[in-house]
Amino acid sequence: MPRSSYTTDGPTVPPDLGYGGGDNSGDGPNLPNYRERLRRCRVGLVVGLAPIVMLFVAFTSAYLIRQNTGQWDPHSSAYINDWVPVRLPMLLLGVNTLILLLSSVSMELARRQVMRESLLAPLANIPGIKTDEVTSFPWLSVTAILGIAFLAGQYLAWQALAARGFYLASGPSSQFVYILTGAHAVHLLGGVIALLFALRAAWSHQPIPSRRIAVDISAWYWHFMGVLWVYIFALLYFLK
Amino acid sequence: MISNPRPDSPTTNAARTSFWRRYVFSTDHKVIGLQYIALALVAVFVGMALSLLMRIHLILPGAILPLFGEIKPEQYLALMTMHGTIMVFFVLTTAPQSGFGNYILPLQIGAPDMAFPRLNMASFWTTFLAFLVLLAAFFVTGGAPGVGWTAYPPLSAIIGAAPGNGLGMDLWIASIALFCAGSLMGAINFITTVLDMRARGMTMMRLPLTVWGWLTTAAIALLAFGVLLAAGILLLFDRRLGTSFFVPGGLVISGEPNPHSGGSPILWQHLFWFFGHPEVYIAILPIMGIASQIISTFSRKPIFGYKAMVSALLAIGFLGFIVWGHHMFMSGMSPYSAFVFSLLTMVIGVPSAIKTFNWIGTMWGGKLRLEPPMLYAIGFVSFFVSGGVTGPILAQPAMDTHLHDTAFVVGHFHIIMGVATVFGMFAALTFWFPKMFGRHMSGSLSRLHFWITFIGAYCIFMPMHWLGMAGEPRRYSQLTELDYLKPLMGIQQFITIAAAVTIAAQFIFLFNLLWSLWRGKKETNPNPWKCTTLEWTTSNPPPHDNFGGIVPVVHHGPYEYSVPGATKDFVMQTEPVTTMPASN
Repeated sequence: MPRSSYTTDGPTVPPDLGYGGGDNSGDGPNLPNYRERLRRCRVGLVVGLAPIVMLFVAFTSAYLIRQNTGQWDPHSSAYINDWVPVRLPMLLLGVNTLILLLSSVSMELARRQVMRESLLAPLANIPGIKTDEVTSFPWLSVTAILGIAFLAGQYLAWQALAARGFYLASGPSSQFVYILTGAHAVHLLGGVIALLFALRAAWSHQPIPSRRIAVDISAWYWHFMGVLWVYIFALLYFLK
Repeated sequence: MISNPRPDSPTTNAARTSFWRRYVFSTDHKVIGLQYIALALVAVFVGMALSLLMRIHLILPGAILPLFGEIKPEQYLALMTMHGTIMVFFVLTTAPQSGFGNYILPLQIGAPDMAFPRLNMASFWTTFLAFLVLLAAFFVTGGAPGVGWTAYPPLSAIIGAAPGNGLGMDLWIASIALFCAGSLMGAINFITTVLDMRARGMTMMRLPLTVWGWLTTAAIALLAFGVLLAAGILLLFDRRLGTSFFVPGGLVISGEPNPHSGGSPILWQHLFWFFGHPEVYIAILPIMGIASQIISTFSRKPIFGYKAMVSALLAIGFLGFIVWGHHMFMSGMSPYSAFVFSLLTMVIGVPSAIKTFNWIGTMWGGKLRLEPPMLYAIGFVSFFVSGGVTGPILAQPAMDTHLHDTAFVVGHFHIIMGVATVFGMFAALTFWFPKMFGRHMSGSLSRLHFWITFIGAYCIFMPMHWLGMAGEPRRYSQLTELDYLKPLMGIQQFITIAAAVTIAAQFIFLFNLLWSLWRGKKETNPNPWKCTTLEWTTSNPPPHDNFGGIVPVVHHGPYEYSVPGATKDFVMQTEPVTTMPASN
């Protein structure tokens, strides 16, 4: 079929209005507007959380099955329950949980702050309208510091576990404690790195839309990490 | 050989991008798609060479092979493991989904690129790195692992248990972990792109079935690869950090008591097959979409039962997650569990049969044009049926007790997962070759290659069913001393000869591919097959932004062939409604 018979019935939409192909060429006229980019990144984030959920579903199912079947004993032809509940350092983990929940609050404040900035930004260009200087408290930095504090706290918790005799290889229950908390810590570290990228975007005065997307995506990931930690803590506490 | 952006296109920016940015570290989905296809092409020839070595060893166990020497038992196991891993991951998962999906999906939904082009590039290079890491296992001390592509512990978990169990096995796990990461990045991109970047008018129920295939596959990959990654991490911990997730107590390895205790090898099987069974559908669902597209186009008829086809894809994708236990009937599972897994497995026969009947229904009474893509697509349907009917046989625990781990299983999964999928790839490549490179692949060479491969593949894998029923177990290096297997040697020799001929025929395909890239018949018509979907509205090859600044608007479903009263026998998705007869 010749190309000339290709038709569209509406006005031709220029490619830079909504069909630009994501972050293909960095900052440039090909970028779609930031509301579309924000939505696209949010969809991508939600989709990307699914495999993380599946990773922990796999660990959890292994945990529950191992806990409830025990070890096969060929001499008596029966399963022997060899599960020793891990004595968790509750105070330390409680403090860590508090730190992580606080970091989620500060993350949300950072997210709302940049959202407000991006809403007010167009007003500043209108002559005669004076926007109040937004007092920008460094919520993002606070979140990153709290996140690093949580990771340090987890490290202390692992040391406390070791002091009580629960090493990685010392039994069916303690290996799961290390796997679950360790995998969460690695993912949270990813969140801290995302925060550092968002901070770099703020410090290098990137346009507000780009900053807003970086902060927004980091924030939702961060909240997810908080929920995930509460789940892991509850699992290890109530089903130990 | 990579797509050349048209210099006259206003958005090409040819001067801005260097060679490296354009062809190597490109963020263009078309280049990335071709990179994936090239990777799969290299991988498939490596995997084929390994299978040939195995086949020669099976009929001539003591032979001294040129450049290789004698194949020792542990080397045979390593060949088998690497053949399986390379073929499953780097061919069957890589080409249909990441290769053709990357190239065609954005074109078919009217998008200028994937949603996250840089993530797309990262996913390819992660996969490429995974391939290099896997190949490196051949060259380390002890060589490649010999644990099979399923890597069952405790064998895979104990370092001293076999020669390839040292660094080679660690590299295998690292490669699989990298592959998981790459595939997950790809899956995130595919789903976001389909959900968020469809052209105006491209409703979900107007998506070509290819896009449905890639979307469903991406969803499966998203849920399956995380579990494989979890299993791989636990295995690595067992191997290197002294945990006992999978290793039971009381083992004695080379006279030494093993310090592990309390692990469950069955746990690995559950985690692995929770990934492993959906993996089969990751390979074949994109091909189902491609076959639907090609069969409809070359029959000049709408696909029979579009909604049924979409539902069947989704049903297969869903059911694939709840049947993993049928790989484990022999693991000592409760007969009640086996019954449930068996029943669920046979339920998959229903959507599979819907698809098969609809492909035949589409061809029925159509004006069939037996061009190479159509031949390969019909070949796919043939192998899908032949490999599919042995599924319900193996799905019955009573039958599986006899056939488990025999050559019957090898024949079954090679036909359904390997050959059927590879025929789908041939169909896809010959079909989209004019779009990708502006040239046709040679029709006569394609036909020659089709017939040798079609007959050859049946000659290789059909006799394996007989071997299996006669009790020939799989995975053994050498069983020539067993009396009950001696009468089967003739069949083994026949299979090896058929394999050698079929592998030789693949060089016809390779020659055809390379020759056609530079010397094939030129094609300037953007729509040589008279197809209806969006990729055929743009030039060969498409410009960097796919549609040269035009944003397609969609008015029709994807399979409007032979519409009564229409002026020609197909209606493009972009044609305004006025060209349709008033009755529609």
